[in-house]
Amino acid sequence: MSTNRGKFVYLTPYLAWILLFVIAPIALVVYYSLLDIQGNFSLENYQNFFTSIYFQLTISSFWYAFLITIFTLLIAYPTAYWLTKTKHKQLWLLLIIVPSWINLLLKTYAFIGIFGQNGPINDGFKQLGLDRLQILYTDFSFIFVSVYIFIPFMILPIFNALDKLNPTLIDASSDLGSTKWQTFRRVIFPLTTNGVKVGIQAVFIPSLSLFMITRLIAGNKVITLGTAIEQQFLVTQNWGMGSTIAVFLIIFMFIVMFITNGKDKGGNGIESN
Amino acid sequence: MSRTSPIAKVYLFLVFAFLYAPIFYLIFYSFNSGGTMSSFDGFTLEHYGAVFQDNRLMVIVINTVLVALLSALLSSAIGVLGAVGIIFIQRKKYRQTLLTMNNILIVSPDVIIGASLLILFTLIGIKLGFASVLIAHVAFSVPIVVLMVLPKLQEMNQSYIDAALDLGASKRDIFTKVILPYIQPGVFAGFFLALTYSLDDFAVTFFVTGNGFSTLSVEIYSMARAGITLTINALSGILFIVTFVLVLGYYALSNKMKSPIRAGVPK
Repeated sequence: MSTNRGKFVYLTPYLAWILLFVIAPIALVVYYSLLDIQGNFSLENYQNFFTSIYFQLTISSFWYAFLITIFTLLIAYPTAYWLTKTKHKQLWLLLIIVPSWINLLLKTYAFIGIFGQNGPINDGFKQLGLDRLQILYTDFSFIFVSVYIFIPFMILPIFNALDKLNPTLIDASSDLGSTKWQTFRRVIFPLTTNGVKVGIQAVFIPSLSLFMITRLIAGNKVITLGTAIEQQFLVTQNWGMGSTIAVFLIIFMFIVMFITNGKDKGGNGIESN
Repeated sequence: MSRTSPIAKVYLFLVFAFLYAPIFYLIFYSFNSGGTMSSFDGFTLEHYGAVFQDNRLMVIVINTVLVALLSALLSSAIGVLGAVGIIFIQRKKYRQTLLTMNNILIVSPDVIIGASLLILFTLIGIKLGFASVLIAHVAFSVPIVVLMVLPKLQEMNQSYIDAALDLGASKRDIFTKVILPYIQPGVFAGFFLALTYSLDDFAVTFFVTGNGFSTLSVEIYSMARAGITLTINALSGILFIVTFVLVLGYYALSNKMKSPIRAGVPK
């Protein structure tokens, strides 16, 4: 078939897009990471990265992302599981997804009010005769809001994996005398790990790079890799250092993708944030 | 027999409450005549009035919608062509390479996309503002369109194209009369997702927007950093209604086309 020439007519704009917006940006970030403030080639930024607060920051950023991912998973898995058992499950799923379509900043902004000194949580404490607490601008508020934001993104892939699960396998398991818990641990969970992996991808990497939540909710108490990049690019105007941190974030991104991709032949899609 | 146990029902109820509470909290206080989100003084619509009287805000809303529509349109065009091109590639290795490239932008954190595009635009001399924001939105929407269109193309039978060729159809005819109608639901889904991603995007836009240009997300961010204003609450009320109507419309349409909703996670 002579689709060869036609093929390139279709592909030209797309290839141009890949070249300009996938390859060039990554190449530029790597290039800039090798420039010092004066614009000379050097490894100064990399040296700084490992010797300064940035290394510590990377560790803490990872720790936060890990906690956010774990809590999100703990809430999302049972939700997804029970959602697949409801009658109009597609409709219920849609209602879970709707909040994820509400602008991220509005949801974050809501928590400024909720967690505030005179917000409903602190009012509740007062009703119970407790002291008002500083909730806003703490680690807790950062993790809480992030988990809130990410829950739908974790539920969706797990729901899809559970939904595809062949119910006869569960029947077989109980026929063979397993308890509900055994069935879950030995049959259901192992068969849905791909959904869990996609969910982890959708939560972990964005958690490393959130900066608006840290700015609005965590004050300057929490600094993630994303916050540091934003700071270097838009405040300090040190694009070299910003690019170096970005290079590390890209490397971590590939590592997480490699670990979580597994051997899924189905070409399971990857969730965007 | 009901398959959901009482524990499941309570749990699901709590999760729904958790997900919706902040949104309803925002909307509730949008009707507060007091200036805070803590004590409800009385019912008023003045904050909604303030939204519509704020000319600057209206310009920003128009900009946001314009960028979303244009970027969704452009990225749909590039994405559909790209997906068709990918399908026509016979060598599996090349196809896989292109798909990997495609997915890089989808998993890339927004800050990386934003920062790298800022470097790119500065280097090739694109002025930060409407153009840079539009190009950036096209950039991150294209791979989504490709991923929504590809499954439709994969399930399409190659013999349709062969038959059309045998019947003397030109390449353009094959594209417009055979392929496009077949993949239409995928294109529609891609366009819709590109639209919502563009409307929602904050981080990428924040990097590539100059001083004179702003979208709703960026504006809300700077308003929220300044403190609580109930104008934001009123805005969120309006946006919630708009989102809800859009989602219901999308759900009705996709039900009609019998393709289940996947909301961002391609099959």
